[in-house]
Amino acid sequence: MSFFQAIRIALETIRVQKLKSFFTVIGVMIGVTFLIAVVSIVAGMSRYMKDDLIGKIIAVNSFSLRRTPDFQVGDVTQATRNEWRRRPRVYEADVHAVAAALPADVLWATESSENLNVESAYARPRSVQCSTVSPGWFDIKRMGAAQGRLISIQEYQLGTPVVVIGKDVADHFFPNLNPIGRELRIQSIPYTVIGVAEAQGSVFGQSLDKFLVAPDKSPLNRWVNPHSVVDAMIVQGPTDAGMRDAMESTRAVMRARRHLHPEQPDNFEMETSESALDFWNKIQSYLTIAGVALPTVGLVVGAIVIMNIMLVAVAERTREIGIRKALGARRRDILNQFLVESATLSTLGAAVGVALGIGFAKLIAALSPLPAAVAVWSIFVGVGIGAGVGMIAGIYPASRAALLDPIAAMRQET
Amino acid sequence: MNSTSVEAPLTETAERRVVTGTAGATPESKWVIVTRGIKREYDMGGEVVRALRGVDLAIARNEYVAIMGPSGSGKSTLMNIVGCLDTPNAGEYWLNGQLVSTMSDDALARVRNKEIGFVFQTFNLLPRATALHNVELPLVYAGVSSDVRRRRAKEALEKVQLENRMDHRPNELSGGQRQRVAIARALVNDPSMLLADEPTGNLDSQTSEEIMRVFESLADSGQTVVMVTHEPDIAQHARRVVVLRDGLISTDDTRDAFVARIGLGTQHA
Repeated sequence: MSFFQAIRIALETIRVQKLKSFFTVIGVMIGVTFLIAVVSIVAGMSRYMKDDLIGKIIAVNSFSLRRTPDFQVGDVTQATRNEWRRRPRVYEADVHAVAAALPADVLWATESSENLNVESAYARPRSVQCSTVSPGWFDIKRMGAAQGRLISIQEYQLGTPVVVIGKDVADHFFPNLNPIGRELRIQSIPYTVIGVAEAQGSVFGQSLDKFLVAPDKSPLNRWVNPHSVVDAMIVQGPTDAGMRDAMESTRAVMRARRHLHPEQPDNFEMETSESALDFWNKIQSYLTIAGVALPTVGLVVGAIVIMNIMLVAVAERTREIGIRKALGARRRDILNQFLVESATLSTLGAAVGVALGIGFAKLIAALSPLPAAVAVWSIFVGVGIGAGVGMIAGIYPASRAALLDPIAAMRQET
Repeated sequence: MNSTSVEAPLTETAERRVVTGTAGATPESKWVIVTRGIKREYDMGGEVVRALRGVDLAIARNEYVAIMGPSGSGKSTLMNIVGCLDTPNAGEYWLNGQLVSTMSDDALARVRNKEIGFVFQTFNLLPRATALHNVELPLVYAGVSSDVRRRRAKEALEKVQLENRMDHRPNELSGGQRQRVAIARALVNDPSMLLADEPTGNLDSQTSEEIMRVFESLADSGQTVVMVTHEPDIAQHARRVVVLRDGLISTDDTRDAFVARIGLGTQHA
């Protein structure tokens, strides 16, 4: 008997027992649904982290030189915290020394940020993340102006009180108004809005457009950091290799300036997008373990249900098995028939589960800030798991069927 | 009596003994069934039941034989062994030149598929399958491709005049029609022998006659038919009647001799 023949028999059996078949595979269906949903959401978050978040928060091929890490991986011990607290801050003098050692094709800029009170004539005051930056910052961030213009080199040099604001800031402080040329008071210092930055979108529901940027020599700087101190120096190489070279020369300059002995560790941080990804990867591994372990419990229960139902099916169809054997079915024909039936049933359940899982993931993506990306491999894995569970669950009932004695089987009343 | 005649074993029990008693010789091709000293015992909870106690039987090609006997005579056991559904504890069974008494389960399944067409008392059709699909079933296990299967199943159904009932399920057919579907299924793989177990047991007398006419015409066309029954009325349709008693063959007659002995079925011996 051919494989396709066996599948046809299986589909026929399932067709005449739709409801029973449905209940048989409900465990596998739910297991696969959750597997697909969780995998899709984790994959979606992962893609989001790698493509959007990291790209938006940390510019491509760039690292930032700072006193302590911005992204913290896992629990930080008190000893580490104390060490961080003892570190010297990053000074403008450090920045200039590092910059002097960098090749010409490497971009750099400084960035210091603080949440400050901002007011306008048109809205309630609000706390906004305010950054003072040096020339080159917009280039590294690949950020353009949606309205107005960016900060000019003269404004940087003179420390003119001008700001480029994020879209959300513009919407809040200047409702239904063109913000260009209007006044914003930051910590009561009057600033003129010269541009609105291109929308940056959001990450996990957190808008990336709640910021404002001013020249580092403008009056705001004294609210952001002590004199001649910066939060971070952002360095961007032309390529990944260029970035690594720049990191090495930065490390050399910084260690020399801090008079560190070879055996002493760095007392500064150079954070790349990888450091941020480490943080994410750790979360992702927990999520994946939970996302795979929980559906597995469902699948095991589903397998037991299928095994039970198949045992019942063998008992119910003992006479049919006897007839088939009398007409020339060999043991392996009967074995295959029930294995294929069990696998087909379970695979169909898994396929429905895959569809439900994708729907579920899309629903979650639509109703919550969590993104979803359906990984193609997860569809195949889901269906494959279904087939596998069905096969394993079917082995015992199918071998019971195959070993039935045709005479006794045909004698059974049904 | 001409020894090559197919009638030989019917009239000459002596010749039957010669044939079946030729130890070591491969049974000649004219014999479909040759059994030698077949014994079958069952262990029924510690008590050994000797269902067959040494049966020698030879059935030639084109014969139409009824195996009779009261219940407990061992006729069902013999039918199971002859039908390759069971194997004897002792003795040899040659079917169409093959020694089947020592075959494995799967080899027996193959022999059942190729050599034997079963007709059962309870029809034993698959309830959810159409008549056509039921008839196709032996061909499925013979590995015949689906279009050939369909064609041959249709031909078999035409032979039993059910070509217009092909798409009906068993519960949409009368008892006689069901049994004719079973006959078509038995014939579809061109078996060496048609083996019927109480084929009229679940049918009224008129339908029984109808089924017997089908058997008659099959036998006329050269099909070997072996029929197990406990009804003398049915047995007398066969051309040779073998009567079993207590696990042994007690008589082996032509129809005429059988009818004469039991008195046309009007009085019981």
